[in-house]
Amino acid sequence: MKRDLNHPSQPITRLARGVALGGLFTAGLAMSAGAQALTVISFGGASGDAMEKAYYGPFQESSGIELTPGDYNGELSRIRAMVETDNVSWDLVEMESPELVRGCFEGLFEPIDWERLGLGDVLIDSAFNDCGVGTFVWSTVLAYNADELDSAPTSWEDFWNVEDFPGKRGLRRGAKYTLEFALQADGVPASEVYDVLSTDEGVDRAFAKLDEIKEHIQWWEAGAQPPQWLVAGDVVMTSSYNGRIAAAQEEGTPLEIVWDGSIYDLDYWAIVAGSDYVDEAYQFIEFASQPENQAVYSSEIPYGPVHPDALDELDDEQARRMPTHADNLDGALAMNTAFWVSYGEELEQRFNAWAAQ
Amino acid sequence: MALPPYASPVERIWFWVFRSFCGLVLLFLITPVLVIIPLSFSSGSFLTYPLPGLSLRWYQEIFSAGPWLDSLKNSLIVAPLATLLAMAFGTLAAVGLNRADFPGKGVILALLISPMVVPLVIVAVGMYFFFAQVGLLNSYTGLVLAHTVLGVPFVVITVNATLQGFDFNQMRAGASLGASPMRVFFTVVLPQIVPGVVSGGLFAFATSFDEVVVALFIASPTERTLPIQMFSGIRENISPAIAAMATILILLSTLLLVTMELLRRRSERLKG
Amino acid sequence: MTTTTLDGGAAAPSKSNLKSRLRRAERLRKLKAVGLVAPLALFLLVVFVVPIGNMLFNSVDNGSLRQVMPQTAASLAQWDGEGLPDEATFAAFADELRDSRSGGGLGSVGRRLNYEDSGYRGLLMRTLMALPPQSDDWRETLIDIDSAWGDTATWRGIKAAAPPRTDRYLLASLDLERGADGEVQRVDEEDRLYQAVFQRTLVIAGGVTLICLALGFPLAYLLATLPAKTSNLLMILVLLPFWTSLLVRTAAWIILLQSNGLANQTLMTLGLVESPLQLVFNRTGVFFAMVHILLPFMVLPLYSVMKGISPSYQRAAVSLGAHPFAAFWQVYVPQTVSGIAAGTILVFIMALGYYITPALVGGPADQMVSYYVAYYTNTTNNWGMAAALGSILLAVTLLLYLVYHRLVNRKQMIGS
Repeated sequence: MKRDLNHPSQPITRLARGVALGGLFTAGLAMSAGAQALTVISFGGASGDAMEKAYYGPFQESSGIELTPGDYNGELSRIRAMVETDNVSWDLVEMESPELVRGCFEGLFEPIDWERLGLGDVLIDSAFNDCGVGTFVWSTVLAYNADELDSAPTSWEDFWNVEDFPGKRGLRRGAKYTLEFALQADGVPASEVYDVLSTDEGVDRAFAKLDEIKEHIQWWEAGAQPPQWLVAGDVVMTSSYNGRIAAAQEEGTPLEIVWDGSIYDLDYWAIVAGSDYVDEAYQFIEFASQPENQAVYSSEIPYGPVHPDALDELDDEQARRMPTHADNLDGALAMNTAFWVSYGEELEQRFNAWAAQ
Repeated sequence: MALPPYASPVERIWFWVFRSFCGLVLLFLITPVLVIIPLSFSSGSFLTYPLPGLSLRWYQEIFSAGPWLDSLKNSLIVAPLATLLAMAFGTLAAVGLNRADFPGKGVILALLISPMVVPLVIVAVGMYFFFAQVGLLNSYTGLVLAHTVLGVPFVVITVNATLQGFDFNQMRAGASLGASPMRVFFTVVLPQIVPGVVSGGLFAFATSFDEVVVALFIASPTERTLPIQMFSGIRENISPAIAAMATILILLSTLLLVTMELLRRRSERLKG
Repeated sequence: MTTTTLDGGAAAPSKSNLKSRLRRAERLRKLKAVGLVAPLALFLLVVFVVPIGNMLFNSVDNGSLRQVMPQTAASLAQWDGEGLPDEATFAAFADELRDSRSGGGLGSVGRRLNYEDSGYRGLLMRTLMALPPQSDDWRETLIDIDSAWGDTATWRGIKAAAPPRTDRYLLASLDLERGADGEVQRVDEEDRLYQAVFQRTLVIAGGVTLICLALGFPLAYLLATLPAKTSNLLMILVLLPFWTSLLVRTAAWIILLQSNGLANQTLMTLGLVESPLQLVFNRTGVFFAMVHILLPFMVLPLYSVMKGISPSYQRAAVSLGAHPFAAFWQVYVPQTVSGIAAGTILVFIMALGYYITPALVGGPADQMVSYYVAYYTNTTNNWGMAAALGSILLAVTLLLYLVYHRLVNRKQMIGS
C-alpha cells in the first residue's frame, strides 16, 4: 500500500510505528533477520517433495548456493504485499498461470530475460511467458472409479449422461474448467471452446448445459478432494488434477483417466520483483529446466516436463501418464489464461449466483 | 447433582432424559476424533475406510527430522506466548470494564472484540503492511503479536462473563485491610475468575494453534507453524500424516489433563 | 492503584465535603478502570485498528489513476463526457502512460480500469507498445493505434476512475451499481449474489449459535453440577476436539457423513433409511462441522459462570414451594445470562468469519462472506471488493453486537 503512505491516517501510523519501535517489541528486530539464501516457494505437498528431490537438493550441491524452501497456497496478495512494501523475502515462486499473468501486468514479477536464461527455445511453447518460465504441465481430466461403473465413460458427453452412467459427479466449484467442460459436452470441439465462451450466447449455452446435471454434481473446493471422493465411492466420476489420480492408481485403487477433452495448464517459476537474488534465481530456473532434472521430478509425480527431451528419459509407462505425452495431448485443450484473466471475476460471480440457486 | 432418593417419577424420567441427552452431546463431540485415530495407522495415502492395510509410515513421517517436528516446535513457541499475552491484556481489560462505567464503554467493547469479526484474510494483509513498516515480518515476535490480537477477544469475553457476578466491594475490603492492589488482585479477584481466565486462555491457545491464514502472511519458511504444515499441498492431497499428528496431540493432551486431575485429587486427599 | 479509596477520614467531614470527596473517589475509580483497559486498547489500536483500517480503506479508495496519471485525471474531471476529450487530455494521457511503465503504476491503473471494462488491460498494453516518442496530434496517433481511443465510452470509463473516492465496491457488495445516468440500480438478476451471501452468512451463524446453545447449556449444567472428579474427566472429552486441527475435523466429518460413510451405513443397517441421505456438501454438513468446532466455545463460558452460582438460591426456591422446573427457570437461568451472552457472542461471531470449513463440507449455496473476501484478496488481487465485503460484514456485526449488548445489559439489570 505505497499510496497509503499519503493518506490521512499516516500520522497515526507513524505514531504507531514510534510506539512499536520504541517500546515493547525491539526484541523482535534481532530475531527477524531471516536466512540469507535464495528462498524458493512452491505449493508444497507431494509436488514440493518431488521438487526437493529433483531440484532443491541437487541444485544446492552443484551450485553451492544456499536455498530455503517454503510453501504457500497460491496467495497472490502475499506477493503484492511484499512488492508494495518493498519487503521482498520470497525470491522465486511457483505460480499458476492466471495469477502469473495478472501479477506480471501489475509489475509483481521481474520480466524474464530469455537470453540471460540461456535455454534457447528448447522448451515447449507455452513455457515461455513474459514473467515466468514454465516448469511442469498438469491437467484437469475426467477421472472415474471403474468399480462403480458398468462401462467406461470416454468424454464429457458421457459425464453429462446420467442415464447410462448413474451416480454423482464431482466438478470444481467455480466457473473455470466447468464452463469449458460444459461446452464440450454440448458438442463444441476443443479448439473452439474459448471462441464460443467469449460470446454472451456461449456463456448462456454453457450455463444451460450445466442446468441439465446440476442436481447430480457435488462441487469440490480443494484438489485433494476429488480423488478422495472417487476412492471412497462418493462420486462415480469427477474432474480432477491428473497427478493425484496417478498416485492413487499406483496404490492399487480402481481409478481411471479420460484424457480426451482434458484441459492442461502450466505452473511457472516467477522471480518476485525486487528480489535480492535474481542471479541465483536464474541459475535455479536454468537448473530446474534441464531435461535430466525434469525427468527426476516427473518420475516422482506425473506432471509433464516442459523440456521435451525429459520424456525420453522416462520409461514408457511413466511417459504415458504425462499430460504432455502425444497421445494425451490429442483432443486436449490448453487453458486460455488471457481469457480467464479478463473475464474471470464476472464469470465467477455469475457462477456463484447460479450455483446457489 | 445425584438423584435424591425421594425423587418423583417425573423427576426420575427427566433426570435420565437429561443425562442421555448430555451423553449424546459428548458422543457428538468425540466421534470425529475417534474416527480419525485409526486412519493414522493406514498404509495408504487416502483418508478413507476401509483401511487398505496397517502401517506406521505416517508416524515415521512426522517423527523423522524435518518439517513436521519443526512446525510443531514453532507452534509450541508461538501459541503459549500469545496465550499468556492475551490472558494478561484481556484479564486486566475485563476487570477494568467491570469496575466502573465510563463514557464510550460500548465502543471500547466493540473495539476489543473486533479482531474476531474482521475476515482473517483482511487481518493478514493489513498486518503485513504494518509489520513491514516496523520490521516485524518473518519473526516470532510478529507472529506472537498477531496471534495475541486474535486471541484477546476470547479472554475479554469469557472473563467479562465471570466477572458479572463478582462483587467489587471485595476489592475495597481487601484494600482497606491494607493489601496492595497487586495482592488484592491475586488473592481476592483472580481465584474467583479463574475458570473464565483459563477458558479464555484455552480459546486463545486453540486459535493460535489452528490459525493458518495470518501465519502464512507473517511467517517466513523458518517460522512456519503446524497449521501451515497441515495445509501444505492441499491442492493435491490431504496427507494421513495430519491424522497421525492429531493422534499424538490427543494422546499428549489427554495425558496432561489426566495427570492434572490426579494431582488435584491427591492434593485434595492430603488436605482433606 | 493506591489505597486511597474510602480510607475513612477520622474526623466526620461536613456534608458538602463528603459529596466532593465521593465524587473524587468515583472519578478515581473510573480513572483506574480506564487505566486497566488502556494497555489492551492501545495495543489493539496500534497492532490492529490502524493496520486493518488502512486495509479497509481500499473499499472506497480510488487513488490509483490520480496517483499514476494526475494530469489525465485532472483534465478528465473537467471533461463533460460528451464528444472526445481535447488534445491536451490526449497528450497528457500519452505522456503519463509512457511514464507509468516504471514502478508498477501501469499495473495499478490497469487493475482499476479493468473493473470498468475487462478490455482496458489489453488496450493499455497494446497502446504502450505502439506509442511513439513524439507526436503533433496525439488524438490522431492514439486513435490510429487503437480505434477504441476514438470511442467516447473508453474515456468515460477512465473518467469514472478519476475521483479520489468511489462507492463502486460498496455498491457491488450489495448487488448494486451505478447506471449510465449515475443512478444507483440493482445489477442484472443473474449476477446478484452478495445480498444472498450476507443473508446466508447471518442465517448459518445464527443457526449454529442456537444449536450450540441448545446442546451446550445442558452439558455445561451437567459439568458444573457433577462432583469435580467426574466433571473434570468429562471435560477432557469437551477439550479433546480442540487438539485436532480444523483440517482433521473437517476430514472426519466427511468420512462420517458422505453417502456411504459411517453415519449412512449405520442408518441403513438399522433399517431407518433405504437409500443414503445427503448429509454433507450441503447445509447439513456445514451445521454438523461448525457446531462441532464451536460447541466448546459455548460450553466453557457457560461452565465458568455456572461454577460461580451457588445452588442455595435454587434450593431455597424449591423449599419455599416452587416447582423444581420453575425454580430452575426463574432462579437459576437468569443467573447464567452473562454466560449465555458470552457463549452466544463467541460462537456467533466466530461462525460469521468461517470459510475454510464451509468451503470443504458445504455446497455452493453455503459459502459465506469470508469465502468471497478470500477469493478477491488472494486470487484476483481485487482488494477494493475484498475490503468492501469485509467492511460491511464488520459494520453489520458490530451493530448487532451493540444492540445485543444493550439487550443483555437490560436483562441483567432486571434480573438482579
